[in-house]
Amino acid sequence: MSQNIPLTQLHEGQKAQVSMLLSTGNIRRRLQDLGIVAGTSIECVQKGPGGDPIAYKIRNTIIALRLEDVNTIIVTTKFK
Amino acid sequence: MQSYSSYLETASADYTIALVGNPNVGKSTIFNQLTGLKQHTGNWPGKTVTFAKGHYMYENQSYTLIDLPGIYSLATHSKEEEVTRDFICFKQPDAVIVVCDATCLERNLNLALQILELTKHVILCVNLIDEAHKKKIHIDTTHLARLLGIPVIPVCAKSSTGLEQLLLEVMRLTHFKTHLSTYKSTFNPILEEACLPLIEFLQTIPCSCACPHFFALKLLQNEEIFLSYVKQYCDLNPNTSLSFLEALQKSHNILSNHRIDATCLQDLIVTHYIQQAEWIARQVITPKDASMDQQDRKIDRLFIGKYTRFPIMALLLAFILWLTIVGANYPSDLLFNLFSRLETFLSSLLLNLGIPSTLISLLIEGVYRILTWVVAVMLPPMAIFFPLFTLLEDVGYLPRIAFNLDHCFKQCHACGKQALTMCMGLGCNAVGIEGCRIIDSPRERLIALLTNSLMPCNGRFPTLILLINMFFITNFFYVPSSLIATLLLLLAILLSIFLTFFTSWLLSQTFLKGLPSSFTLELPPYRKPQIIQTLIRSLLDRTLYVLRRSVCVAAPAGLVIWLLAHITLGEHTLLYEMTDFLDPFARLFGLNGIILTAFILGIPANEIIFPIIMMIYMSSNTIMPLLQSHEIKMILLNSDWTPVTALCTLIFLLFHWPCSTTLLTIYKETKSIKWTTIAFLIPTLLGFFLCFVVTQITSFF
Repeated sequence: MSQNIPLTQLHEGQKAQVSMLLSTGNIRRRLQDLGIVAGTSIECVQKGPGGDPIAYKIRNTIIALRLEDVNTIIVTTKFK
Repeated sequence: MQSYSSYLETASADYTIALVGNPNVGKSTIFNQLTGLKQHTGNWPGKTVTFAKGHYMYENQSYTLIDLPGIYSLATHSKEEEVTRDFICFKQPDAVIVVCDATCLERNLNLALQILELTKHVILCVNLIDEAHKKKIHIDTTHLARLLGIPVIPVCAKSSTGLEQLLLEVMRLTHFKTHLSTYKSTFNPILEEACLPLIEFLQTIPCSCACPHFFALKLLQNEEIFLSYVKQYCDLNPNTSLSFLEALQKSHNILSNHRIDATCLQDLIVTHYIQQAEWIARQVITPKDASMDQQDRKIDRLFIGKYTRFPIMALLLAFILWLTIVGANYPSDLLFNLFSRLETFLSSLLLNLGIPSTLISLLIEGVYRILTWVVAVMLPPMAIFFPLFTLLEDVGYLPRIAFNLDHCFKQCHACGKQALTMCMGLGCNAVGIEGCRIIDSPRERLIALLTNSLMPCNGRFPTLILLINMFFITNFFYVPSSLIATLLLLLAILLSIFLTFFTSWLLSQTFLKGLPSSFTLELPPYRKPQIIQTLIRSLLDRTLYVLRRSVCVAAPAGLVIWLLAHITLGEHTLLYEMTDFLDPFARLFGLNGIILTAFILGIPANEIIFPIIMMIYMSSNTIMPLLQSHEIKMILLNSDWTPVTALCTLIFLLFHWPCSTTLLTIYKETKSIKWTTIAFLIPTLLGFFLCFVVTQITSFF
């Protein structure tokens, strides 16, 4: 079984695959530039103080994103 | 930013070579190795904010090397990106070296593929190949070269491995015009079809653009800036040229026939490069998908982990401060001793040479003394703090600080990268202000810029330490005094940090209203610093820097003060008139006329403020060279210094007008008298306010 959730709901250490980006314009481009497109696998590495920003591992690079941006990324997780 | 066209006008070399790459892949290191220059390097993205130009010779050919700012792709609209894109697209350098990080090749290939759209003169330089080996990543560069159709050179810039090969390839490419790129990217057939009318049109007109395919894609995306390029480089008005509008319309029709809107078009283009990069990476990298960063994650668990991140930050800062305080004492006293002996020797020498005593007094008590004080008091702490800080920077710790503090900055409606500029401000405010360019949002950049001088720069550290050591160290059980001094200094810096947050918040509520914007921050892999080289190099750099500054700034200041102290106007000297005039005002803030005069005369550099204070006191006392730093305290106490005076001086040192270099940098960056004035006023008013409060409160006891 798999389900679509916003990336924010991923726990530390959990992995998922990007299914779509909800943002438009410049933020969308910026995220795409980092290699975040449909199908990219993404891992939540570490949440920052107060849960914001959050560090993700994307294509072997660690990138910190703010909550508002992360919320626009929808991912698919497999759950048991 | 210096306009890049001016770089080209002055280029007299045979060939121009551009260095391009993602942020933090070691472009600056390669640049330094090839040109022998000393561009500042460090392990965090966005460090090269201006771009540097250098030269080198190879096989009797001269080359101009241009270090372009690091970018992730050519699709977004940052200033850096435009500069890079325009440079390659329209100025057509003889070769472009694309620098990649071997440890994350896939993401770097994304940019490389886009560059290949722009020019055929490309060499791929896979840097940090040693780091990749360490992480057991193998990259088949021969295969990569075959896939991309360009020369691929594995390089380890730190140890210069592979650079010779790189130079050879650059020569082949520029001089013999061999090994030109044979790479041809093919997009989705619909896109290719849509591009065709525009490409055909561009080929019919004289155009200085070497990349019609890329150009067509950009025009399809309706990018305003590219329409202006049509005018500029193709000598054609895009709004009136019928054949151009016709071609554009044809292309757009094809897209709309397939229901491809703007967002979809963008997705198609971006995804194309990413998938292409992914595909190529899979062919050349072994092992395929092992995670190679176990060790980095372990370190990260400490540095950005939930319970340890803040204690470790405080401890690291405290440790560096402690080393600075403890380490600076001995060399400082040594220098004092040396200089005062030299002074006696010099005076008697000059006297024997028959030089008039007034001139001797001017040279020795005016110029020589302030110069040596600046060196003796200022140099040791600066020469210790700065190299240590450089080490932290090289390891890659600074972006982690930004990660930890971003939450606070967000609360203040500012950007987390401001933490990076604050860290640079600890070294030098002017550098910190230049570094504010890494912040994308203009509003947040301005906040970072205006508040930067609230961080005490390296030039203020020694005086802070001196004041703390002289007035605030008490015997407290068996705690070593160096530890108390460290704690007090740490408190001072925390106060600076707190006030930076507060002022940022205040600005974003008043002058610079706005919501926090999105931000992306890369946490680079930890890199083992070259400890010895870094220490020696930045020690030498700092020493030379301080010496140069003290000659340029302290010596003239010494001259001015000596003249002020010896030219009389009526009954009193000019210096007396000046300090006397300022005295009542200064007393309101717990300072005195002498201190305030020193702060005013010290505008050229913070390093000279305290030496000026000392000089003014000594010019009215019996003149005697200082032997040890603690003798300073006696002189101050013999005049009218109280602990409150010291505290207010300390506060005012933390928060007063920025030095002239910083002000000039602020003006250069903002191009506005208004913002420069505000940057001047913020710390000044804050300092006066705090001193006033402290004076009022302490007057009750």
